[in-house]
Amino acid sequence: MEHRIRHLSTYSYDPAALRVALRLKLFPVDHEGQQVESWKVTVNDEEVSPLVFSDLGDREALWSSEDALDQLTITAEGIVSTRETNGIVRGMPGFAPPGIYIRETELTEPDEAIRALMGEATGDDTLSRLHALMGLIHERVKYLTGSTSARTTAADALKDGKGVCQDHAQLFIAAARTAEVPARYVTGYLQMEEETEELLETHAWAEAHVDGIGWVGFDPSHNLCPTERYVRLCSGLDAFGASPIRGNVLGETKESLEVSVAIGQSQQ
Amino acid sequence: MGDPAGPRRPYRNVARWIEKTGIDLLNMRREEAEAIFRRIGITFAVYGEGGDPERLIPFDMIPRIFSAAEWRRVSAGVKQRARALNAFLYDIYHRGEIMRAGIIPEHLVYRNEAFLPEMIGVEPPGRVYSHIVGVDIVRTDAEDFLVLEDNCRTPSGVSYMLENREIMMRMFPDLFSRAKVEPVDTYPDELKKSLAEVAPPACKGDPCIALLTPGPFNSAYYEHSYLADLMGIELVEPGDLFVDEGKVWMRTTRGPQQVDVIYRRIDDDYIDPLAFRPDSMLGVQGLFNAYRAGNVTLCSAPGAGIADDKAIYIFVPDMVRFYLGEEPILKNVQTWRCALQDDCAHVLDNLKDLVVKEVHGSGGYGMLVGPKATKEERKAYAERIKADPDNFIAQPTLNLSTSPTMGDEGLSGRHVDFRPYCLVGAETRLVPGGLTRVALKKGSLVVNSSQGGGVKDTWVLSE
Amino acid sequence: MMLSRTANNLFWLARYMERAEATARLIEMGQRMALLPGPKESNEWRSVMMAAGAVDAVDGDKTVSEARVVKTLLLSADNPTSVRYCLERARANARAVRTSLTQQQWETLNDGWRRFEKMTTSEARKNLGDHLDWVKTRAATFRGATEGFMLRNDRYDFLHLGAYIERANMTLRLLDVKYYVLLPETEVVGGGRDHYQWRSILLALSGHRAYHHNYDGDYSPWKITDFLVLSSRFPRSLKFCYGGIRLHLDRLAEHYGESHQCSETANAMLEKLSTKDLGEIFQSGLHEFIMGAIGTTYRLSDEISDAYHF
Repeated sequence: MEHRIRHLSTYSYDPAALRVALRLKLFPVDHEGQQVESWKVTVNDEEVSPLVFSDLGDREALWSSEDALDQLTITAEGIVSTRETNGIVRGMPGFAPPGIYIRETELTEPDEAIRALMGEATGDDTLSRLHALMGLIHERVKYLTGSTSARTTAADALKDGKGVCQDHAQLFIAAARTAEVPARYVTGYLQMEEETEELLETHAWAEAHVDGIGWVGFDPSHNLCPTERYVRLCSGLDAFGASPIRGNVLGETKESLEVSVAIGQSQQ
Repeated sequence: MGDPAGPRRPYRNVARWIEKTGIDLLNMRREEAEAIFRRIGITFAVYGEGGDPERLIPFDMIPRIFSAAEWRRVSAGVKQRARALNAFLYDIYHRGEIMRAGIIPEHLVYRNEAFLPEMIGVEPPGRVYSHIVGVDIVRTDAEDFLVLEDNCRTPSGVSYMLENREIMMRMFPDLFSRAKVEPVDTYPDELKKSLAEVAPPACKGDPCIALLTPGPFNSAYYEHSYLADLMGIELVEPGDLFVDEGKVWMRTTRGPQQVDVIYRRIDDDYIDPLAFRPDSMLGVQGLFNAYRAGNVTLCSAPGAGIADDKAIYIFVPDMVRFYLGEEPILKNVQTWRCALQDDCAHVLDNLKDLVVKEVHGSGGYGMLVGPKATKEERKAYAERIKADPDNFIAQPTLNLSTSPTMGDEGLSGRHVDFRPYCLVGAETRLVPGGLTRVALKKGSLVVNSSQGGGVKDTWVLSE
Repeated sequence: MMLSRTANNLFWLARYMERAEATARLIEMGQRMALLPGPKESNEWRSVMMAAGAVDAVDGDKTVSEARVVKTLLLSADNPTSVRYCLERARANARAVRTSLTQQQWETLNDGWRRFEKMTTSEARKNLGDHLDWVKTRAATFRGATEGFMLRNDRYDFLHLGAYIERANMTLRLLDVKYYVLLPETEVVGGGRDHYQWRSILLALSGHRAYHHNYDGDYSPWKITDFLVLSSRFPRSLKFCYGGIRLHLDRLAEHYGESHQCSETANAMLEKLSTKDLGEIFQSGLHEFIMGAIGTTYRLSDEISDAYHF
């Protein structure tokens, strides 16, 4: 399936920011289920290319403003084709050992309830336990837009029983790690099922490393493993680590953000 | 000298001299020396111990002395350790062979807070991560030197090594004409050489080297400016640097000048708000990625701190064998990890004979000195260990050697430890000397300056 | 090569040192004037405050007391013209460039920099003269240490640029506060008062002796203005300061092989001061001239920052 993606983020600063520095992880990479046909990232119409090809599988770019600015427009666009792999992600660049994805972070620190949740997720093998875990999260944490913030931890989301894809993915990761299963957070794009034109979202899900299979994606928000409708952008230990755009603003200013993503399936 | 056998051989010359000089004159000289220290403003906390940042650390006039033979052993041992620690760092940020071989458990590395996943696969020039390795050493008898801990990030205190020698030479020139003491004043040049050797491969000609300090309010600022001055390099604050086109530049009166090597005295967490703590006011935006792209060398490398973690310390002798195929010259102090059930049981049963430390603690705080603690204190501490065993390690109380030290009633033996500063670039270098810390309180084992410790000049006698 | 921050620190270190001294001299002038017989309604303390830029502190008050002045201009921790503030800032700037300074320069700035930290107003007033003398001695010692031992490199130039800019600024601010007493019209007001006012200006710049030497005690607004603006010999005159600025900018331009807008600005001002005579300056308005010169000096300071990236 071919996806035409245009991901636009506009930041406004009032009063103008003295200096803005950005770290961008806005570059999808090839793996067996995904091929990047073309891709271009611009910041205020200036093209930006990756500076670092990390062995964690991400590409990172830097951008900074020379002068004060009141508006910042970041555009990532291109064509990515995908194919069905049953959620399995193989052939990513880099050699990062899965063992590093056992670490806890502030956002994914497990509490008793999370350990108990993983305990409930039973199955014959790791893979089936993870499927059970995905089902449990889908059931226990209702998808409710705007119910949580970027600072909401996995433990809080489970306690409150509501959240968005970010909370689902972080909860999955936190729980999997309590069973010594390496798990990471993935940011990407999703082509919605009921295809209205321009209905596309940035999305987040999880990947867990299963011995004998490798990395497998799990999307607790939809209770399924990523299909060809999913485009993988970057990953990290949690939502913060996998932010596609990270900025540092100098000057006392108020920042407001607007994001629009257009993903269109293209004609074959 | 507090030791029935009398002073060890290397001290004899000095002992005769002390006798001849007389205690009164020595005491007078000490006051003079302290006045000089205060006037030039050498005030800082060693090892990040906290407290008044403009504090003066007591200076003891009697040097700690190593014979040439003793030094050969210490020097070979320290260099060996520095090489092994760097090999370990390269390994864990690449294939992790030492974990695959089952020598170090994976979780001790990968779950360690000092491990930086973002460093995976990064190739630092020369494969050096820790460019200045400070090894804290004690001796327990005439033969053995034991390593208390390693310091792989940015060990401080080296300015004391230089200043203490300077003061001693100024106060007692005649002493130096009697004993042949190896000079230490080559340290700044050797450090600069080491830093230049790890410049990025793309850098042609003389690399531009800078020392990055958090600024004048840092407790070690004096040392930062002192070293920068002696090396003839710029002392930069974060605001002097910026990243553009993936390279690092400093703002100069002639415009931007590219920086190739940064000897940074700022912790990992604070070097780059785009990579680490986003609230850091000290960082340089984009510095970490400029480093990962190979456009600048950071000394020490981010993530080098894992090598001096107390949980990793236990494995350093194994590292020496694994990476270098050599037997370790310097031994570790025997250490029990409370994380292991058997070890923990042993520790709880023998608290009154052990020193117990927090894995991530420093500066001698939060530790239990078993023989000195009351029954109640031991009981309370046992509860802490049980609550979080992973966080504690224990070591036997050592019969530390003493070194003659000036007291109010003349000379007597005091416990000392010693930190040499090993430099790692294309070569491994060690200036013959280091920082000797002394517990000025009689019988005390704690040498930290915040708890009654002082410093001494350290002599290595030539052949 | 030098870090821009170093240039900035040296420039401001000199400015604050110069300013601390200028403020001390202003207070001294106020004190002297308060002792002299003169019309009661004339409150010299008010002009002291105004010349020191502490206008906010006197707004709405009819009279300004010595205590008030001492509190604001000597002891205040946050008034940017107070002696205490200036000494602290000078020392902080020096500490950041410690290795660019000689031992003696540093010691001059480091010794006693906390002298005014805990002092109360009444304590300060008890020995005001001693305190002011101490400040003047600091400034003189620092200057001496600079002239006697400092290497004549670009660091030396940035230090002097800061000092001359601040000094020109001070002379201009004093003229701004006092310009009306120098206007010809005020001559009709009557001799005694003007004589008194003129002396106060010279006192504030410690220029009364020098003036005597030059003009043999013949006080007139024309001559005083000439002395403060156009003298090539009086080290606090506008022309002298701009001469110093040009000298150091020229040295920097030679050193770096490049000259900047700031040199043009300084040259234009110096050209004006050298070719115009007082008649022309008065004709187009003394006040307008002073305002213009203040603006130029501010701009020049910014242009120097721009040129050397600080």
